[in-house]
Amino acid sequence: MNAWGIFSLNQPACETPVPSSASVRSALTEVDIQIQGLCKTFDGRRTVLKDIHLSIPHGQAVALIGHNGSGKSTLLRCCLHLVKPSSGSVRLLGRDFTTLSTAQLRLMRAKVGVVFQHHNLVPRLSVLTNVLHGVQGRKKGPRTWLQGFAPQRDRQEAMAKLERVGLAHLAGQRVDQLSGGESQRVAIARALMQRPSMMMADEPVASLDPNAGEEVMQLFVDLIRDEGLTLLFVSHNLEHALRYADRIVGLRDGCLEMDTPSAAEDTLSLRRLYA
Amino acid sequence: MGLLGLLIHAFYGTEFAHLTLAEIKAMPLNVLGLLRDMFPPSHQSLFKIGVAVVETFQMSLVGTLFGVLISLPLGFLAARSMTPHCFWYVLTRLVVSLCRTVPDMVWAIFFVIVVGLGPLAGMLTLLVDTVGFAGRFFAEAFEEADCRPQEALQAIGATRGGTFFSVILPAAFPSCINTAMYSMERAVQSSVVLGLVGAGGIGMLLQEPMTWHNYSEATTVVLAIFVMLVGVEQLSVNIRRHIIA
Repeated sequence: MNAWGIFSLNQPACETPVPSSASVRSALTEVDIQIQGLCKTFDGRRTVLKDIHLSIPHGQAVALIGHNGSGKSTLLRCCLHLVKPSSGSVRLLGRDFTTLSTAQLRLMRAKVGVVFQHHNLVPRLSVLTNVLHGVQGRKKGPRTWLQGFAPQRDRQEAMAKLERVGLAHLAGQRVDQLSGGESQRVAIARALMQRPSMMMADEPVASLDPNAGEEVMQLFVDLIRDEGLTLLFVSHNLEHALRYADRIVGLRDGCLEMDTPSAAEDTLSLRRLYA
Repeated sequence: MGLLGLLIHAFYGTEFAHLTLAEIKAMPLNVLGLLRDMFPPSHQSLFKIGVAVVETFQMSLVGTLFGVLISLPLGFLAARSMTPHCFWYVLTRLVVSLCRTVPDMVWAIFFVIVVGLGPLAGMLTLLVDTVGFAGRFFAEAFEEADCRPQEALQAIGATRGGTFFSVILPAAFPSCINTAMYSMERAVQSSVVLGLVGAGGIGMLLQEPMTWHNYSEATTVVLAIFVMLVGVEQLSVNIRRHIIA
C-alpha cells in the first residue's frame, strides 16, 4: 500500500525507559510515526480502521484526507492512544504506544502537540492559563493549573509562544471572548508550549471561515517548519493538503487507499478518493 | 378502581371524612383568634432572638463550608468520568446517598446524643446534610463538564488531577457555586427545625412559646426567621452574581 516505500527507513526502536526530549531526538530513528497492521473496531461490530500500515519520516508534513467516517480522526486518536486500537501497533518517536504504562504514555504524549478542530480550550480561563496547560505533560502539580500559580519562567515561555501566534496582547482575556481564529491560535500556542517533537492536527481550520482558516493554517505550518517538526494533519480542504503537505494519505472506509507525494497530485486527481 | 380505592383510603386516613359541619364553621374563628394572639408581636425577647439568629447563621455557615469542602473530593470520586476505580465510585455514592436519604431530624437526634445539646450538634447535622446534597450535585456537574478540553489535556499528557483542576473544576465552577449557595439557604431553613430537637439555633426559641401558647413571642421568632432567610437568599444571589459573572 505504501507508495513511497518508506518502510525501508524503519529501524527497531530501543525499549528503554521513556527518555527525555533531547535524547529522544538523538537516539531516534528517522521514522517519527510508524503504524503497522492497525485495526479499530467499536463495540465489536463497527470496523473503522482496517489493517493500516503507515510510516512517516522525521520532518515530513503529511495530510490525511478522506470522506466523513473514513476513519481519519480515529487514526489520529489511535496514534496517541486516546482511542485504544483493537490490534496492530503504533510507534511514535520510536516508542510503541500500545505497550507503554500509563506514566510512560503520559510522558510520550507530552512530546506530541495536538491541535483539535474545536480548539478544545477551557472557556472560563484566560488565554495565558490555557497556554500554560501545555506544560502539564512534563510538569505536575498546582503550579501548572492557573497562571497565578505558575512560575515566572513558565509564564515568560507562554508569553513567548503567544507572541509567536500574534496574541500576546490578549494574554489576560478569557478564551470564551475570542473569535474562532484567535482560539485556534491559542490552541497552537498551547501545543508549542509542550515543546513537542512532532505535531498532529485534526481538521485544525474546519470550524473557521475561509480567510481565518487560511491565515491560521499558514501560521501553523510556518511554525512547524521553523521548528523542523513532523506534521500529520487531517483535512477536508484538498488545497490545504496540496499546499501544506509533502505527502498525502487517503483513507476510504477505514482502508489506506492513497499514499502519494503532494507534488504528484492536483485537486482533481485527489477528488477520486471521494468518488 | 384500585387508584380510587387508594384515594378513598387516604382521605379516610387523614380524618378528613370525620369533619363535622360545626368544626368547619369554627375554623375561620379559630384563625382570627390565633391572629389576635399573634399580633402585635412581642418585643420582650428581641436580644435573645438576635443572639439566636446569629447562632443559626454561624451554624449554617460553618456546616455548609465544611460540607462543601468535604463534598468536593467526594464529588470527584463519585463522578463516573473521574473516579480512579469503581470501588471509590460505589463507596462515595453510598456515603452521599446515606447522608441525603436519612432525614435531618434523625441526624440531629444522633448528634445531640453524641455531642450533646447545642449548636455543635446542629452544625454537624447541617454538614452531613450538605454532603448529601452537594456531593451528588458536584459529581453530576463534574460528569457534565465538556469532554473536549479534557481530551486535549489527556493528549498533552496531563494527570487525572491536573485535568480535574485545570479543566473540570473551572467548567463546573458556576454550578458548584450555585450548589454551595443553595446549600447555605437550605442549611438556614433546616437549622430552624433542628432547634426543636435541641440542636441549637433559633428553632430552640420557637419551641418554648409554642408550648406555652405565647403566640406573640412565637410571631417575633417567625418574623426573625423570615428576615434571616430573605437576607441569606439576597446574600446568596449577590455572591453568585459577583463570582459567576
